[in-house]
Amino acid sequence: MNALRGGAIALAVALAGCSSSVPLNNDKAQVETRTPQPVNAGGATGSGASQSQVTSVDLGAGKSQAMDPAMRTVYFDFDSYVVKDDYRNVIEANAKRLAANRGQKMMVEGHTDERGGSEYNLALGQKRAEAVVKSLETLGASDAQLEAVSFGKERPAAQGSNEEAWAKNRRAELKDK
Amino acid sequence: MWPRRTFLGAACAALALPVAAQFRVEISGVGATQLPIAIARFRGEEGSPQPISAIVRADLERSGGFRGLDVPAAMDETSAPAFAELRGRGADALVAGSVTRLADGRYDVRYKLWDVVKGADQGGQSYAVTVADLRLAAHRIADAVYEKLTGDKGVFSTRIAYVTRAGRRFTLRITDADGEGGQAALASPEPIISPAWSPDGRQLAYVSFESQKAVVWVQDVQSGARRKLADFRGSNSAPAFSPDGSQLAVTLTRDGGSQLYLMPAAGGSPRRITTSNAIDTEAVFSRDGRQIYFVSDRGGGPQIYRMPAGGGAAERVTFTGSYNISPDLSPDGRTLAYVSRQGNVFRLTTLDLAGGSINQLTDTSDDESPSFAPNGKLLIYATRAGGRDVLMTTTLDGKIKTRLLSSGLDVREPTWGPYGR
Repeated sequence: MNALRGGAIALAVALAGCSSSVPLNNDKAQVETRTPQPVNAGGATGSGASQSQVTSVDLGAGKSQAMDPAMRTVYFDFDSYVVKDDYRNVIEANAKRLAANRGQKMMVEGHTDERGGSEYNLALGQKRAEAVVKSLETLGASDAQLEAVSFGKERPAAQGSNEEAWAKNRRAELKDK
Repeated sequence: MWPRRTFLGAACAALALPVAAQFRVEISGVGATQLPIAIARFRGEEGSPQPISAIVRADLERSGGFRGLDVPAAMDETSAPAFAELRGRGADALVAGSVTRLADGRYDVRYKLWDVVKGADQGGQSYAVTVADLRLAAHRIADAVYEKLTGDKGVFSTRIAYVTRAGRRFTLRITDADGEGGQAALASPEPIISPAWSPDGRQLAYVSFESQKAVVWVQDVQSGARRKLADFRGSNSAPAFSPDGSQLAVTLTRDGGSQLYLMPAAGGSPRRITTSNAIDTEAVFSRDGRQIYFVSDRGGGPQIYRMPAGGGAAERVTFTGSYNISPDLSPDGRTLAYVSRQGNVFRLTTLDLAGGSINQLTDTSDDESPSFAPNGKLLIYATRAGGRDVLMTTTLDGKIKTRLLSSGLDVREPTWGPYGR
């Protein structure tokens, strides 16, 4: 993860600068989910040159369900939150899509296997989701586009009490909002 | 005080059979001292929608302090007990009573308790209740008998909350302390976790995923009115009421990472009380409200810590094992119950906070969510048995265990309510 972040840090800084004019509703931020205001088409988008291209990619892609699930899921090792290099293409593709369309938002859902308590697993899943969010931001997605949430062990992808099922459940899912 | 005749548990059956067919209570274990109590079938019970004497007997047996005995002769609270015969059967105490339907549709439930050894009347009570409160009347009788014979307050008329799962239907249920008489407080197609009672027993806080993320809700039990307490960016979880009911501790991730915050019970702005780079979650207040016990993995693995309730320096409380989670504190503040992992086994454990002694209470391997009864004499917890998630109660010495609700549903996340309802 560090190598990934280091390699793209310049890009991240540049894009973060571009998105800093996205207005946040400061009054609501104290008591509600900090939902950012939608970005105007002509407003604070990333690179002006690829504006029209961006729109067509987003419309063609549709919601997450329509996309290749392999490009929407990051799996984790036991007791780990490190986004492995195996998923660099998943992170890159999604970060690129987000960077190209600042109006697009995404939920990153962290999940754990069934072992252990529900609340601690919720926190572990959150850590996984936040690790994925950081990777996406490093590669150009903005904080306002992303929300890291967790289901802990409550929504397993695979049933069963064995390593095969557990490995499928230790994951983060990237879902368009 | 009652002149208690010691009864050696080793001589009694290790498994007491269920007391009635419709009653799904299985009690196992051998107590060191169990008072033998004869419980007569209440007169008029066959015409009552609830098996009063069976409920009383199961309550007393579940406490670990009693062994129920049958009374073959028909009798009620007005009868003159055959003490010699009862002594011959080994009984130290006797409960008898009646259930009578009143003209207004309510039921009059009466009982009397006798000291069989002395042949003395120990008093009784009459309760006029609606059909819906017949079980409550039985639990109140068990509470009165328990208090008279042990000197401790009974918890049989308290309630528990837990979550059942059937397919993709999650239901937050509130039942009597024996797991029976269940009513659904919330049904949802998405998971529900971490129910927590308000100190007056009128509200339940919980985490619902109904909006595709973890949000903390507070629901009025009687009216069903519910409101969002914490719905911030990220996950909102692990609610715990302060003992005075004025605020809740919650785990929020809105500032990155799972951290503890305090929120006014009426809603409002959260105040952050931990600032670590680690996971801080599962807060629970001490009963005096001055301290918060919580789980943190700031030292590597998850361990239980405590800190001043308003925030401040935390000190580590658990040192044995690499994974200790889900703390609950006994009402007297002396005992910490939690789940400890050893290898691949998750086991209900208690820690004597003053002496430091550790006690494993079970031989199961997937224990979760321990919660103390308000008298501190029993713990309820979730575990797995026969491929199902089940609820158990145990005495603090781990000797008497009861399985609740062997009803075919998966049951999780139990939490024991306060006195009163």
